[in-house]
Amino acid sequence: MPRYASIAFPFLLTEYAARKQPELCGKAFVMASRQRGRMVIDAVSMQAAKKGIANGMVLADCKAVFPELGMMETEPGRTEKILQALAEWSIMYTPYAAVDLPDGLLLDISGCAHLWGGEEAYLEHITAKLNSYGYTIQAAIADTIASAWAVARFAEPMTIVKQGKQRDALQSLPPAALRLEATILARLKKLGMRQIGNFINMPSSALRRRFGKELPKRIAQALGTDVEWIVPVQPVEPYQERLSGMEPIASAIGITIALQQLLEMICARLQTEGLGLRNAVFRCYRVDGIVQQLDIGTGHPSRNTTHLFKLFEHKIATLEPALGFEVFVLEAPKVEPVTDEQAAIWNAATQNDKKVAELLDRVTAKIGPGAVSRYLPAEHHWPERSIKQAVPLWEKPVTEWRKDLPRPIHLLPVPETIEVSAVLPDYPPMLFRHKGTRYSVAKADGPERIEQEWWLSYGLYRDYYVVEDDKGARYWLFRSGPYDGDYPKWFLHGFFA
Amino acid sequence: MQGMGKQSHEPAIGLAPFAAAFPENTFPTGAIHEFISYEAANAAATTGFMAAIISKLIKQGGLSLWITGVRKNFAPGLKHFGLEPDRIVFINTSRPKEALWIIEEALKCEALTAVIGEIKELSFTDSRRLQLAVENSGVTGFIHRYCPRTENAVACTTRWKITPLPSLITDNLPGVGQSSWDVQLLKVRNGRPNAWQISWSGKNFVPLADNHFVIPVLNERHTG
Repeated sequence: MPRYASIAFPFLLTEYAARKQPELCGKAFVMASRQRGRMVIDAVSMQAAKKGIANGMVLADCKAVFPELGMMETEPGRTEKILQALAEWSIMYTPYAAVDLPDGLLLDISGCAHLWGGEEAYLEHITAKLNSYGYTIQAAIADTIASAWAVARFAEPMTIVKQGKQRDALQSLPPAALRLEATILARLKKLGMRQIGNFINMPSSALRRRFGKELPKRIAQALGTDVEWIVPVQPVEPYQERLSGMEPIASAIGITIALQQLLEMICARLQTEGLGLRNAVFRCYRVDGIVQQLDIGTGHPSRNTTHLFKLFEHKIATLEPALGFEVFVLEAPKVEPVTDEQAAIWNAATQNDKKVAELLDRVTAKIGPGAVSRYLPAEHHWPERSIKQAVPLWEKPVTEWRKDLPRPIHLLPVPETIEVSAVLPDYPPMLFRHKGTRYSVAKADGPERIEQEWWLSYGLYRDYYVVEDDKGARYWLFRSGPYDGDYPKWFLHGFFA
Repeated sequence: MQGMGKQSHEPAIGLAPFAAAFPENTFPTGAIHEFISYEAANAAATTGFMAAIISKLIKQGGLSLWITGVRKNFAPGLKHFGLEPDRIVFINTSRPKEALWIIEEALKCEALTAVIGEIKELSFTDSRRLQLAVENSGVTGFIHRYCPRTENAVACTTRWKITPLPSLITDNLPGVGQSSWDVQLLKVRNGRPNAWQISWSGKNFVPLADNHFVIPVLNERHTG
């Protein structure tokens, strides 16, 4: 049996303002906005309300009576924002929390209240929390959305309507508690119906004839005979996909197709959320009401249809369709975030790659993501930018590896400074000193000038030289910037084989 | 032959210069080769030599795994030694224990052609584990030990030391010649240790003596 809590904030805007500006606390003030050339009150503080000021009054009239009345300009859209934030906050009480414009929240608390030790304690907890934030609230719990709404706003504070007792609870409330249009309310008043009890037991056909279809619908909603939904602020979606056949499906091929479609649906969703499933349940609802199911589990979160289908494949034969299945449901009770490397495993090109991918999967599982990398050529001249990580791991290179320029086999992550003496400016160095060791250059090649990629970074260009010392070791050196009177800086950047 | 692992592959043609040192005149695949180097320049030379050897072993599209402790390998540089840099997966881990585990797991994976492991220390026990892994899978393992504390005995099939040699340039032309190495095969099981002076032409190993017949590939530059 569903249970709903309705929370009304009678002074939402003014209390929010007082929360932001504590000096407003306990003051009589109103929020007003310009309508048809006059200032009309939209929200009142509790103190102002006690003086008889209500929404919809003209500010000038109120000021005439209470010159000390404070006034603030109403901010359009503020109510929605506050309620949205409050609804998101109240997700800690229930996953189904919704904004109930214009002044409240609606919570589907079915199966939640016992976690706080019963509905009284649950409601008290929420009230205490909101009161501590500075909000005055009126809350109630009932079986239906409509009755919770009515009781919260028109009955005693903190009413909890027992299961199935909404008819009794509504009896003494005014008709406005049914969320009716002003014209219907006026007609009810004219007919002397001042309490819901006066007309709630009338046949709905009679009510429909006199008041239109809205009144019986509202009554039915309040009593629970008509359905009403709430739209939660954050959708609560279990990972479930459903497929119903036009006719009962009894063949293995039909079941296979259904399973593949469901897998594609669920994997597409997991893909968008960056998740993979760790286990899955495939339920088949048979025509005669019997439910059969297949379970699978994966070692790593996976959202690859082919892989998952393979796991199901040999189990399909164990299903007994008899007259056929009419509904198929695929659920993923356990999902986990998946990294791109893992997702790419089963798309690998060859059988060999697949084995390697499994190996890499084990490695990733052991030492964590980020350790496994594969490099692709990038279209940059600057050496540090000339390679890029393949993401995902099996990404195909889009450009060729260049062979025409000498590139070292070991590249220092950060170029190391060296002291150099050169015969002439722009000549390769004659000898250089790196970390206290002197190397005399026997052969040299260069320079190869690499300019900064100005659209990415600023700085000096580099003149690279391939040098070989007298023992045959080969180095990649560069001079940063030109010779212009000053001594330019030289760096060691790599080692050739 | 014991300890030589699965000799499933036909002898690699490009490795003929070294073949005479090995049993049955074939370069041992499905075995572990150990390389030791001490200086940064020697490490680079060793890496280049290993890359050149692997390029001769690897088939089109073959995958290799490179387990490193420090990210210093520069993928574009490998292209010169005949390797497709994007067919190598680098795994970086600074913990030697993890590195050994990964090397062992990788050596067990038949789908790989070569596994290069850069670790500092390798105990005899660990090397036997690796040897056992390759004997079953046929993967060729290359262990590069940079600055090890001791050159302890290990169960690897070979031990190499590579040092760079001054490149030869004909007619005293300016510039730097091809990569040339002094290749020392210090230990080889059931074979004869040997030493070669050899250079890499960009496609093949060329003994340094008849080097001047080869045009260096590096000079084929495109301008503009």
